[in-house]
Amino acid sequence: MKEAVHIGRNPSSQPDLQKLMREVALGDQDSFAAVYDAVAGSVLGVARAVLRDQAQSEEVAQEVLVEVWRTAPRYRPERGTVVNWILTLAHRRAVDRVRSVEAAAARDHKAALLDRTPEYDEVTEQVETRLEREQVRRCLRTLTDIQRQSVTLAYYRGLTYRQVAEALALPLGTVKTRLRDGLIRLRDCLGVSA
Amino acid sequence: MRTEDLHSLTGAYALHALPDDERDAFERHLAGCVTCAQETREFAAATARLGLAETLAPGPVLKERVLHRITTVRQVPPDGGTAQKARRAAPRGRGLARWALAACLAAAAGLGGTAVWQYERAQDAAERAAQAEQRAETLAGVLAAPDAESRTARLSDGARGTLVVSEDRDRAVFLASGMAEPPQGKVYQLWFDDHGTMRSAGLMDSGSTSQAVLMEGAVDGAAGVGITVEPAGGSEQPTSDPVALLSMPA
Repeated sequence: MKEAVHIGRNPSSQPDLQKLMREVALGDQDSFAAVYDAVAGSVLGVARAVLRDQAQSEEVAQEVLVEVWRTAPRYRPERGTVVNWILTLAHRRAVDRVRSVEAAAARDHKAALLDRTPEYDEVTEQVETRLEREQVRRCLRTLTDIQRQSVTLAYYRGLTYRQVAEALALPLGTVKTRLRDGLIRLRDCLGVSA
Repeated sequence: MRTEDLHSLTGAYALHALPDDERDAFERHLAGCVTCAQETREFAAATARLGLAETLAPGPVLKERVLHRITTVRQVPPDGGTAQKARRAAPRGRGLARWALAACLAAAAGLGGTAVWQYERAQDAAERAAQAEQRAETLAGVLAAPDAESRTARLSDGARGTLVVSEDRDRAVFLASGMAEPPQGKVYQLWFDDHGTMRSAGLMDSGSTSQAVLMEGAVDGAAGVGITVEPAGGSEQPTSDPVALLSMPA
């Protein structure tokens, strides 16, 4: 990665995490505790960003972290860094939780989706208010409005692209393309490689 | 769906913004699409940065809970050794397919591996590993079968179950996500519904709330699949009302 992330922990400490993961894969609980210290805050952050609810976020974070332990023997560095692997899992679990909660709500309220039409500004405001989010903010700004709205609704709200299309009143094909274009810009701006 | 349409789904896929059926279709596409796989990895790296920017300070209780919990959770066996060998020996296309299938399994069950090892008996490790791999292969084969059909149902408490059946292979896989842990000393047991008669199809891993299970035995014309809560070790016949019943996908 070209630039440091302003979160106090440097993701370029990945060689260490990979070594720790190899030890975790052999059942080393101390190494797992070290991996925990390195990623738990981000796992919780992802869950919180998507779920908003503290109790649910902690549940999901716990689930994800235990899953990291359980499936550590399957982790393959060539498929991505430890952090990417874990945060992808965290996002997926958080999104799954949002959808199951929404599905339950939808049984009571057919208009649930409309009621929940997200406030885009709020999403970006929350991202933008923290100093350590400077780089993400800067990069999100390089997206077009529609790209940014689509990406943030999907990432921070856990909406499917169909729900994004509905919320933004855009054709499905447009949203698919904007999600991809948006991530391409974000990828290039953040200077990530995989 | 046309190939170029599938290719454009990399973004939605990386953001977990695809509904289940489209995700499955995309993952099949991913098996043979090198550029999609590369793009998907890069997008995962980009979205991870969005996540890193959300980093919070977790309280000590979470750590205590997690570190306590892992002392009782068994790790999955690695899928490296023989799979690596097979990948080197196999033609490139097949190797990629295997890679993507592993990713597909992980994604389908919402976890980094499959939990098909819950029937371990007191066998030596090599035999167990061979069996596990066999099961994983069979499981992957069902999910990737060209004729695979699936049906998803909401179970209680927001849990979700997906039944994937390949008529050709006459096998079925049950994917669960977000299932509540069974009560102490109990286990979830899977059944084939032979038009009113329940036939055991094995146990689920009680330590995991999300998993992919290769159902034991042939589908053999079963009308559906049921899940019951049974005493540890399972039962010959269901001893409780099913917590879920799914009919076979059309």
